[in-house]
Parts: sequence; C-alpha cells; structure tokens
Amino acid sequence: MGKSTIIPFGPQHPVLPEPLHLDLVVEDETVIDCIPQIGFVHRGLEKLVETRDYNQFIYVAERICGICAMGHSLGYAETVESLMGVEVPKRGEYLRVIWHELSRIHSHLLWLGLAADAFGFESMFMHCWRLRERILDIFEKTTGGRVILSVVAVGGVVRDIDSAVLLEIENVLDGIKGDYEKIVKTLLSDTSIKNRTVGVGHISNEDAISLSMVGPFARASNVNYDVRMFGKGAYGDLSDFEPILDAQGDCYARIKVRCLEVIQSIDIIKELISKIPQGDIITKVKGSPADGAQAANVLEQPRGECYYYARGNGSKYLERMRMRTPTSQNLAGMTVALKGCDLADVNMIILTIDPCISCTER
Amino acid sequence: MGYSSKSPWVIHYDGSSCNGCDIEVLATLCPGFDGERFGVINTGNPKHADIFLVTGSVNEQNIDVVKEIYEQMVEPKVVVACGICACSGGIFHDCYNVIGGVDKAIPVDVYAPGCAVRPEALIDAIVKGIAVLDQKAAELKAAK
Repeated sequence: MGKSTIIPFGPQHPVLPEPLHLDLVVEDETVIDCIPQIGFVHRGLEKLVETRDYNQFIYVAERICGICAMGHSLGYAETVESLMGVEVPKRGEYLRVIWHELSRIHSHLLWLGLAADAFGFESMFMHCWRLRERILDIFEKTTGGRVILSVVAVGGVVRDIDSAVLLEIENVLDGIKGDYEKIVKTLLSDTSIKNRTVGVGHISNEDAISLSMVGPFARASNVNYDVRMFGKGAYGDLSDFEPILDAQGDCYARIKVRCLEVIQSIDIIKELISKIPQGDIITKVKGSPADGAQAANVLEQPRGECYYYARGNGSKYLERMRMRTPTSQNLAGMTVALKGCDLADVNMIILTIDPCISCTER
Repeated sequence: MGYSSKSPWVIHYDGSSCNGCDIEVLATLCPGFDGERFGVINTGNPKHADIFLVTGSVNEQNIDVVKEIYEQMVEPKVVVACGICACSGGIFHDCYNVIGGVDKAIPVDVYAPGCAVRPEALIDAIVKGIAVLDQKAAELKAAK
C-alpha cells in the first residue's frame, strides 16, 4: 500500500478538447478513486426559455452542443410539436432523420479520430477527420452550415434536398463506406491497439443497468437499448433495425460498437433515401402551447438517449425546458470504470466513453 | 505579411463553447484545410505555445483557468478569440453564468467571429496572429 496522491486531470488537457476536470486519487500507479468536477461550460441555457420564444429557442437548443447540434434541435422540436399537437409532414420527418444520421456519422468519426490520437495513432486521427470532412461537405451543400445546421423548425424542416442531391449523397456515402472499412479493419486488427484496450475499463452488464448508462457505452456492456428501435418518425419505416451490441464491456468493445454504428447509419440513410416520399416539408404552426400542457420526448443522440421535457404556460414562452443528456448519465459509469485502472489507461477510458461536457453542463 | 519568422505553435482551450468552434479549430489543423502548412502545431503545453486559441465565453469557473494558461505562456504571445462567443458572448450573452467575451479576462489580439467559426476565418486569424507575433517580438528586442 503506497501513499495516496491526487493528480489533477484537465480542465485543459491535450487528449480532450473539452474542459473536464477530474481529481484522480492514485496509489502508486493505480487509480483508486476519481472525483469529477464540472461547471466550466455551464451557461444556464434552460433559463433562456424565459426570454426566447419557442421558435427562437430552437437556435439556442442546437447550440447546447456543437457536435450533437442536429440532435438537440430535433429533440427540442419534437417535444414542442407533441406539446402543441403538430403533425410533421412525412418528407420532413425523413429529411430530419437523414441529417440526424449524417451527424451521427460525423460525431463517431470525430470520436474515432480523437480516440486514435489518445493512444498516439496520429495518422489515424488525420484519416478519420479527412473522411469526416466529406460528411461536412454534404452538410454545407444541403444546409449552408458545417457544424450548426439550423434546418429544423417547429413543424418540420426549412430546407428541402432535391433528388439529384440525394443521389449525390448516396454516392458520397458509398465512397466513404469503402474508405471507412479499410480504416476500421486496420484499427480493430492492430495488435498494439488490442494491447491497450482489451480488458481495460471493464463495466459489467449489471453495473451498466444499475448505473443507468446509455448509448454505445451501455450497448458495449450488452444493454439492449437504443431509442431508435421504438420506430419514432421515419425510423418506423425502416425494414429492420437491430441495436449493435457487444458483451465484453471493455474499451475495445466500445470502439467496436461505435465503428459498426457508422456502417449502420450509412445503411439507414441509404434506405431512407430510396423510400423518401414527395410532399411538404413543414407544417405552419400557429398559436402557443396551452397553460399547463406537458410533453416528454426521448431521442437517440450519437452518445445515447437524451430526454427532453417541456411545459407551456399559455404564452409563446415555455414555462420550463429540461434536458437530460447522455453524458450526465454516463459520468457515474465513467467513475466506476476508472477505479482500479492504471494511470496510463485513464486517457483511453475517458475517450471511449465519449464524454460531451457542453451537453452535460449546458 | 511576406514571410513568417517562425512556425507558431498553438494551444487551444475551450472556455464555455458549445464544441462547435472546438471541432472547427481541430478541423483547421486537419487535412481538409491543412493549417499545418503554416507550421502550426497543436500543443498541449502552454509553455511551448505562441498562439492561444480560445473558444467560448468566460464564466466564473473558467476565468481563472484562462488567465492561468495565458500567464504560463512565454512572451511574445498572441491571443485569438475564435468564434462569436469568445468575441462578445454571442447568443449566450445574456445567460446568467456568462461574463462576456474572452477580452474580459485577457487581452485579445485577433478576433475571428462566426457561429461556428469557419476554418477559413481561423486560418486568416492565425496568419494575422503571426504578424502580431513578429511585431511583439521586435518590440521585445528593441526594449532590451
């Protein structure tokens, strides 16, 4: 038994672009406890609903997090729509899901690059980000923005994608799939990566359920839960949807689950493009939410289930807007995964959990 | 600017940004835009850095961190405020936990607005930052 020391991790740390601060209590080289400290990115967005009306707040909602921007605007819009009983046109729903799945690919590629960088595989980082640029080019072509898209409005979407561009998206995705499979093959069969990740940061299935973990982090511990399988919106028209699971629960399993989810998203987008109906993209929304009306909604973000709650007060301003984001669920799992690990593995474990701090703190 | 006298190393800190600008800062250094052709390397150590890229506004919790990173950097040093939040607070300017732009904490030399800031704007800001760096280095030399 050595003397225990506290090593601070972050808020400025080269491995993570975001300010996460952990106090790592170490004995010799082993982490025996980890105390997260948050609040570096807290802005107080939930209070902003008092000064922004429900149409304006959508632009604040997508700036909760720049990586899951599309997801947050979609989740918020769906919540307000169910609050006001608005029906979204079918084509609008399809376009929303196409953009949402594209942003899942962009988020996972970004994460894969950062994870590769965390174990010193810098050329892989560059390759992943090069592929990601092609997704961002699609965003730029269809919405005008690279990161913040601003295409979702309450009632539908504000931009249509014509069939020629949809065909082009399909071709780009085919190209990406080929390159991506080569990258993933290298990554998953590399011996040094296996040495760093297999058996590291293990979370059992029981722990994953009792800590109510969500997203790829939980699915890597064999928790069969993905909001997309409930078939909301355009997801209901998919011929088949099976969550990607892995039973191992270690860092390697988490990398594998996310790698396969990119291929799954590409397949979803291609299927939706082949099925997309013609018609309107937005329903005109009039009036304001009724006094005391409540609505809740869940959405599968790239990092897991995100929960939204809204309450109206009869005016165009919402009474209350609440989100529970995937990373705030997963932080408890992260502290458990870090306990007992080597100090050198801390980077890898934190990265494979894919924390999104600005979602968590809002 | 005809030439640059050195390859500037940058350090990036996320103030209270939404990540949008952070990933654009990283994308600037990646193959799509290739900021590295100006010799720019992203470093994690403030003592090695010449240019400080700050994204997001400052709040009570992170204002000390921003100041500390700035103080740890060696003279001459340049601060680039990346994105509209770092310039003025942007869409979050009236949030209760936002003090304002980064210039409330440390002196800013170059402002690169945008939400999220575009990589082209960032490259432009870094190149402008190199000119400021050269000027500051000359002033330091003259003062000796």
